Amino acid sequence: MPMELVFLIEQLLNGLLVGVAYLLIALGLSLIFSLGGIVNLAHGGFYAIGAYIGVEVGNRFGFPAAFVAAPLSVALIGMVIERTLFSRFYRADPILSLLLTFGLAMVIEQALRMAFGATPIPFSIPAFLKGQVFLGDFIYSRYRLAILVVAAAAVLGLWLLLQRTAFGRVVRAGVQNPDMVGALGISLTPYLTAVAAIGIGLAGLAGIMLAPISGVHPAMGSEILTAAFVVVVIGGLGSFWGVVAAGLLVGLVRGLTVYFIPPAAEASMYVLMLAVLLTRPRGLFGERILRFE
Amino acid sequence: MNDIPHHARIASASVGRRTLLKGVGAAALLGGVGMPAIVKAQADTVTFGHLTPLTGFLGPLGAYGQMGVQLAVEELNAAGGINGRKINLVMEDSVNPATASSKAERYIERDKAAVIVGEISSASALAIAQVAARNKTVFVNTGGNSDALRGKDCNRYMFHVEGANTQYVKAVGAAMLRDGLIKGKKLFFLTADYAFGHDLSRVAKRYIAQNGGEVVADELVPTDATDFSPYLLKVRQARPDVVISNLAGNQITNFIKQYSEFGLKYPFGGFGFDTAVAWGAGKGTFGGIWPMIWHHDVPTPGSKAFVAAFVKKFGKPPENQAWGDYVATKCVARAMIETKSTTAADLIAFFEKEPELDILKARKGYFRSWDHQLIQEMYTVTARPVAEVKDQWDLMILGPAVPGAETALSAIAPTPEENACTFPAG
Repeated sequence: MPMELVFLIEQLLNGLLVGVAYLLIALGLSLIFSLGGIVNLAHGGFYAIGAYIGVEVGNRFGFPAAFVAAPLSVALIGMVIERTLFSRFYRADPILSLLLTFGLAMVIEQALRMAFGATPIPFSIPAFLKGQVFLGDFIYSRYRLAILVVAAAAVLGLWLLLQRTAFGRVVRAGVQNPDMVGALGISLTPYLTAVAAIGIGLAGLAGIMLAPISGVHPAMGSEILTAAFVVVVIGGLGSFWGVVAAGLLVGLVRGLTVYFIPPAAEASMYVLMLAVLLTRPRGLFGERILRFE
Repeated sequence: MNDIPHHARIASASVGRRTLLKGVGAAALLGGVGMPAIVKAQADTVTFGHLTPLTGFLGPLGAYGQMGVQLAVEELNAAGGINGRKINLVMEDSVNPATASSKAERYIERDKAAVIVGEISSASALAIAQVAARNKTVFVNTGGNSDALRGKDCNRYMFHVEGANTQYVKAVGAAMLRDGLIKGKKLFFLTADYAFGHDLSRVAKRYIAQNGGEVVADELVPTDATDFSPYLLKVRQARPDVVISNLAGNQITNFIKQYSEFGLKYPFGGFGFDTAVAWGAGKGTFGGIWPMIWHHDVPTPGSKAFVAAFVKKFGKPPENQAWGDYVATKCVARAMIETKSTTAADLIAFFEKEPELDILKARKGYFRSWDHQLIQEMYTVTARPVAEVKDQWDLMILGPAVPGAETALSAIAPTPEENACTFPAG
């Protein structure tokens, strides 16, 4: 194989890895919007909280403890926020919940800044995941492969939960037609809380997983949030695999762009979004969901 | 069971998929909202306007800039202020060039600011400088490095405490030459894709060409990039001898962290640097050779007193950006006290006589009259071996001051040939 091609494939594979990281955030965002209609602009904030909790726990009890504690405690915070704030806005004009989460995002960022300072906080890859893996001509960071495994497990777990359990059936029905779910006598309230906890917990998981790679600082949430939104829009609402495909696609396109036109790397996903929206306004695999039209 | 519960009407509001698109816009907007400021105007005070980015990739440095100026004003007011008048400090987040420009305008017109101090972004510094020149108000740039600010964009109302890119390049360049990292070597550049990075890359290429090195690639990296893996793969593909960062702010932290993650063996370093970015990378991850304008280990009585006062007030050592805003404020105050005036014309005339200024370094500095650059010592830093690191702030070994004691301070500054400056008339 010519070396040029090897390097191109290496970039593409690396792009997929990056896309997987976006996924953890985008899936929760998509789930919360699909069921409750809340555009959660604070999702990046929860990602940052996950990173900070991860750093605090990790420095005291080691990375594995942080890996468990960060998503769980962020999910708990998510439940409280859902019960006290989100639940008041499910039936309100969507612009109000947009304002709510916009404000929440700023409150979280400034609170982190006041509590931990504006400067990035050091947090390293745990010793047992340091180093590189060489496969033929390809080089991989061992830690990024670990992220891939964790993210794939989370995606698969979420899919099984939605497709193979009674819980998932209610959630999926609630996305399609909440009135009918209500008419059948099923209260969506606990499902909304659970979905918010899962979605926000996934953001917390992404926070602790990405903390050793990208800097831990108060604005890290707003840095990643736009990309996550773009992934959800490209993937399409109501489509689990649409979001997964979009996450990977954004990663791939970014990898390709860095290879050929580096300065356009960050812009590439917006161009991709534009192209998808022009041809498929509901996103790649977006379903026609009556209440969102 | 028979009643339809009220939450079943959850979707009665017309939430649409277009709402989600608004979310994309709002998410992008979140990144661009600055921090609000509280301004209290006071009679019979001298107003110092301070602007620096508090959000975005330079935000962590800006936070230190604010601490530096606060400490300086506190000390000055405790010592009686300026000619009997207290200093009234107003501070805001400069956000981006457009916002910086309108906030500078407001400082001058609404707050009657006698001077504007601050900034880190070279692009925003230029915007403020234009407002300052138009309104004939002095602006002391404490963090914008680009040579162009001292060269083709120079103006009489702007002074630079921050080192020019050339000063940084020549300071660390001498150390790199000594270590055999330039002559006959292939260098791979990663450059921040905005005014500062472009300017630094240009200056660095000139230096490397003059010293027998070859720049084999120069990759522009967007300022909001957090993932460097694709660039590191390109470095690996190119097999250079040395990897050079012309990056800025948080970019450098992420670059250093991920360079270590990918285990690349090429020696690396950079031509622009701030202490906080190394603190963010952490022990065992920080590496390479970098230039420094000031470091809290600088062994002078002035620096030691500043570090002690700063630690007392803020509970942590000052970052070099805190030094910049602190020193700038003290220099301006001295000029106002000695000239018994706060007008721009008197301040400029004072500094253009090139008086020696105490800038907490071993040798005194001065603002060079033809381009208003603070001529001063610079330093280099390398990573302290992990076993010797005492605490989270103690990651670096500070090299000797550059240039050496026998050489004129201006030896590392841009020459008129390298960076001509003609102040516009008026």
